[in-house]
Amino acid sequence: MTTATPTASFTVTEEQRLLRATVRELIAARATSERVREVMLGDEGYDRDAWAELAQTGLTGLTVPERFGGAGATFAELAIVIEEAGRRLLPVPLLSSAVLGTEAVLAAGTEQQCAALLPAVAEGRTTLALAHLDERGGLTSEPGVAARRDGEDWVLQGTAGYVVDGASAEMVVTAAVSDEGLVLLVVPGESAGLERRPLDVLDLTRPMATLVYDGVRVDDDAWLAGDDAMVALHRALSAGVVAVACEQVGGAGHVLEMTTGYARDRIQFGRAIGSFQAVKHRLAELLVQVESARSVAEHAARVLAAGDRHELAIAAPMAKSYCSEVFEQASADGIQLHGGIGFTWEHDAHLYFKRAKATKLLLGSPSHHRALLAEVLSL
Amino acid sequence: MAIDERTLVTERIEALLASHPPASTPERDFWGAQFDHGLAWVQHPEDFGGCGVSPRWQAEVDRRIVEAGGSVRNRYLNVLGIGMGAGTLMAHADEERQRRMLRPMFTCEEIWCQLFSEPGAGSDLAALSTTAVKEGDTWIVNGQKVWTTLAHLATWGLLVARTDPDVPKHAGLTYFVVDMQADGVDVRPLYQITGEAEFNEVYFDDVRIDDDMRVGEVGQGWAVAMTTLMNERVAIGSNVAPRGSGAIAHALEAWKQHGGDDPVARDQLVRYWVEAEAQRLTTIRAGEARKSGTPGPEGSTGKLHWADLNKSITAFTIDLLGAEGMTYPGGYEFTRPDETANRAESAHKAFLRARANSIEGGTSEIMKNILGERVLGLPGEPRVDKNVPWREVPRS
Ligand SMILES: Cc1cc2nc3c(=O)[nH]c(=O)nc-3n(C[C@H](O)[C@H](O)[C@H](O)COP(=O)(O)OP(=O)(O)OC[C@H]3O[C@@H](n4cnc5c(N)ncnc54)[C@H](O)[C@@H]3O)c2cc1C
Repeated sequence: MTTATPTASFTVTEEQRLLRATVRELIAARATSERVREVMLGDEGYDRDAWAELAQTGLTGLTVPERFGGAGATFAELAIVIEEAGRRLLPVPLLSSAVLGTEAVLAAGTEQQCAALLPAVAEGRTTLALAHLDERGGLTSEPGVAARRDGEDWVLQGTAGYVVDGASAEMVVTAAVSDEGLVLLVVPGESAGLERRPLDVLDLTRPMATLVYDGVRVDDDAWLAGDDAMVALHRALSAGVVAVACEQVGGAGHVLEMTTGYARDRIQFGRAIGSFQAVKHRLAELLVQVESARSVAEHAARVLAAGDRHELAIAAPMAKSYCSEVFEQASADGIQLHGGIGFTWEHDAHLYFKRAKATKLLLGSPSHHRALLAEVLSL
Repeated sequence: MAIDERTLVTERIEALLASHPPASTPERDFWGAQFDHGLAWVQHPEDFGGCGVSPRWQAEVDRRIVEAGGSVRNRYLNVLGIGMGAGTLMAHADEERQRRMLRPMFTCEEIWCQLFSEPGAGSDLAALSTTAVKEGDTWIVNGQKVWTTLAHLATWGLLVARTDPDVPKHAGLTYFVVDMQADGVDVRPLYQITGEAEFNEVYFDDVRIDDDMRVGEVGQGWAVAMTTLMNERVAIGSNVAPRGSGAIAHALEAWKQHGGDDPVARDQLVRYWVEAEAQRLTTIRAGEARKSGTPGPEGSTGKLHWADLNKSITAFTIDLLGAEGMTYPGGYEFTRPDETANRAESAHKAFLRARANSIEGGTSEIMKNILGERVLGLPGEPRVDKNVPWREVPRS
């Protein structure tokens, strides 16, 4: 079988290098272990101070076009921010708002709707979430919410599950079935009839909620009336998949650094444990895996930035399946190689382990993405 | 800078293709012309087969040549010379040797082999026992080498020998180029698990080498050998093939030919496809990092990743073949081939040949030591042979 070989380039521009350095510094100061824990155990939902600082630096609306108040950068730049946030588990709604919500609005909204919604999103004043799964987290052609027209309004009924940052978002882009097929409706989080139940999540740094719509009423302007909703949803989810992969690379890279550092310092049998091959070789293998994961994630981000839909159908599932498993392995090894301390609540190893497992299952498991890839490759 | 280099390289490629159309030029003449145009190893200086530009342009040169119907298979035919010997000679040999040896190496008029490994020294290369003793301007060599790929075709050998047994192992080595036709050199085939004998054992019985043929200073053989090994690992791990080619192509073919409906196997097949692509993309990324002056750890990971992955995929391919996997089509041929089978034509041969990938050029265990210690900065093993004269170190 021959699939054309895409040209892959990994050239890093000076701006991108600078962006990474700036973001890394900003996040290192913000996402200390103490602060991440404070936020994950509090009920703010995300780190509002950190989000405000990201907003000031123009990082909350990176891919929003300038005419809608954003920075007009590409996904390649956003991927850098997401990876860096993933390194330190910074609890902010990058995935839900800057990727899933923003991409959905950009893809499905009319020019006027984008102009009305996105400036506040880009400035970090409004956060978005995307509700597209049924109550059990299934992604089917029939989401769990139905919408019907009632005069000039739409009325929503049903339940959407596993909505990332669903409890904190100001606006929820809701996928619903209607007589006109799939529609995307922008529903204010505080709407009457909308109950938002936070889920007890495995990864406390990323809240999710079940949203119960009981006669929620929005006006016709809430209906994203631009492009086909199915296509738009697909675009938003592809971007989400790539974003998660980039975030996983950040997390896996950090675990590798953290664990290598520990292996250099921890002495047993009169030697640093990193001098034992069972430990050293495991870390060398992780290095290979993390570098490979970085390649596929970066490739996918660049393909997305270039708008190459054809290659994205390969690059996105490739990145999500590969990076998920690498992160899972890295974070599990991270615990093992730390010994007892790695099993404590106090140590950060478990935060990465949980993030890894949760992101592996978020937006499609590795085997799901491999099945998609098999189809594209006609296997 | 990069723009200038692009222009320079492009002009030279065009001049070469115009004066020596690959389709109508015999291979060797073409390779000779390629050398004379400075496109053999682009990073070498003028007159030494290069034009002094970044090594990354070589891929472009090779691509253009292949596109024009030319061949770059000299790189495989003379892999030990072109891939490893050339870099070593450029770094450590005198100008006369460089002028004399590089061109016929590139044209494959003279094949090279690498005489490093011995029965008692493989991973621990520095422990080797073959001796070179100086008599006037001549060195007298005695000992045995093993696993010497293509020694049966070689004109020249890259030899590391012990010139001082009374100092610690790394300090007592010296590097030579040896004439494989010299009296006292005996090359015998060693048959591999494929039945073929790509490699050999080589015996040295009072073989005389002129001091002229020494590469680097007496006692500096280890540093020179490291240059060869580093070139080797890059040569092995940095080959960027098209998407879906190589081992994974055999797997895809086997999947299609044998019904391909087992969902578990499909998942595994895609898993390998993805990993092969991840390795390929990482090689590209490593190449770009080198050119932009910020080399990352990814380069050193290429050999390790490729070797282990190639083994897994070729083994999986045999599983996909079902009952046919129990066969060895054409049977085992006990030949001494004129190139190595790393790009094996059949899935069966590829399966067997791949076992060597994690042994040749440094085992995967050694690669992990190197990555762990040199890239991740982990401490080394305690060394029982440190600061001990070679003569006193236990050997098997
Ligand atoms: C197809 C093929 C072609 C080759 N061609 C050439 C050639 O042209 N010229 C040449 O000089 N050599 C050649 N070699 C030899 C190759 O470089 C050696 O086989 C290799 O370096 C391993 O040495 P060894 O065979 O002595 O195994 P050993 O070094 O004895 O290793 C045996 C096992 O012990 C492990 N081991 C050894 N030391 C350590 C350690 N410190 N930590 C952990 N594990 C360790 C190894 O990984 C391996 O699994 C070739 C080999 C093959 C298979």
